[in-house]
Amino acid sequence: MLLGLTAPDAGSVSLFGAPPQEAISAGAIGAMLQTGALIRDVSVRELLVMMASLYPDPLSVDDVLALVGVNEIAGRRTEQLSGGQTQRVRLAVALISDPILLVLDEPTVAMDVEGRRAFWTTMREFASRGKTVVFATHYLDEAEAYADRVVMIASGRVVADGPPTQIKARAGSRTIRAALPRADVHTLGLLPGIAAAERLGETVVLRCTDSDTALRAVLERYPEAHDIEIAGSGLEEAFLELTGPSAAAAA
Amino acid sequence: MTTPAYLRFELIRTFRNRRFLILSLLFPIVMYVLIAVPDPHEQDVGHTGISAPLYFMIGLAAFGTMNAVLSSGARIAAERATGWTRQLRLTPLRAGEYIRAKVVTSYVMALCAIATLYAGGVALGVRMPADRWLSMTFLILAGLLPFAALGVLYGHLLSVESIGPAIGGTTALLAFLGGAWFPITGGGFFQDVAEELPSYWLVQASREGLGAGHPWGAHGSAVIAVWAALLTGLAVRVYQRDTKRI
Repeated sequence: MLLGLTAPDAGSVSLFGAPPQEAISAGAIGAMLQTGALIRDVSVRELLVMMASLYPDPLSVDDVLALVGVNEIAGRRTEQLSGGQTQRVRLAVALISDPILLVLDEPTVAMDVEGRRAFWTTMREFASRGKTVVFATHYLDEAEAYADRVVMIASGRVVADGPPTQIKARAGSRTIRAALPRADVHTLGLLPGIAAAERLGETVVLRCTDSDTALRAVLERYPEAHDIEIAGSGLEEAFLELTGPSAAAAA
Repeated sequence: MTTPAYLRFELIRTFRNRRFLILSLLFPIVMYVLIAVPDPHEQDVGHTGISAPLYFMIGLAAFGTMNAVLSSGARIAAERATGWTRQLRLTPLRAGEYIRAKVVTSYVMALCAIATLYAGGVALGVRMPADRWLSMTFLILAGLLPFAALGVLYGHLLSVESIGPAIGGTTALLAFLGGAWFPITGGGFFQDVAEELPSYWLVQASREGLGAGHPWGAHGSAVIAVWAALLTGLAVRVYQRDTKRI
């Protein structure tokens, strides 16, 4: 809808104060859609040269090749690329118009760990030029690590909107993990400061409302507990908390 | 402004796909040789007054060019399936320019098919003044307009899996009914039907070789025009329905 691919049932969409179609014609918006293979029988460079020719004021093809790190495969045919290379070329296609706004839908799905790191470094670099990057992802640790602002949507409703740290603070919980082979999960769940307890093999995972109180209570009751870890919850836990049954009751 | 670059891109892609190119050009010329070589001196095929090498040269050219022009549909369907069409809609490239590039590319393919068959025809003794070769070519290109529209229509209506048989079947059926493989003469129901089909008039372009007036006349021109208008209208409607959903 944002990109003008779908018309809204009601209301209207405007981008930089005009219908999306105008932003697209001006090359102000670049997008990397969730699905979409590259067209075949052309080299990476030929593809980008053609795409660049469509826009009024594109980046140079060499700059984009360097920016996304595909210089060494510029002469290769698009059908011979690996999954990660394809994603990077698709990113290059989205960047070629020198957009002000870049929209990415699940951009790192086909990438390996290195590719993903490199990808986000590129995005940071792009954003540092004063551009805006909007991305949708199911990997919440990715949103946590790279986004300045996170909007969480569950079942079509916005459940949280703000910097990742603020959202995590709102959810407010920490998690304790400890090796406790013999402890009873039900009993643990009743200790002060603990909201929920769960067993994963030898380890128990305790979601806490107050981790300091909880840790003292656990150690007093089970002095044999070892390999204890306390972690601030990530966005993923915050998401579950904000969309879980208790949140539904509160709403 | 943007069209030449995109068209060039399409042409590069098409001509780089060697297998597609060779197979598209090979079948019509092989069939031509099989049909026309056994009887190269027949000067009056099926009482049409046209020599066998000329008649079948155009018959097979009709078959080959129909295939070439319809193949734009296969490319459109494939690009829809991979999401490339969606990506292009996020660029300033207008849909009209995209379709025009597809149609022009398919016409270039058709010209290649015509050239191969003309070469075969000349080898089998077809001789005509240069202006007749030209006007005959022009007639074929004009007669392909309904098929260009049909290609775009198929491309937006059918899936990648179903478009192959659709194109192959349409070409074979229309080539058969249009007299590409044997002349349709002597009146009767069969000829009445044939005369309302665009493929029949495509094949009739060979009458240019007789030098006796316009090969189509008012009837032939009207059949081509009506089919072209009808299929273009349908293609536009299907295109609009298809892109609304994307």
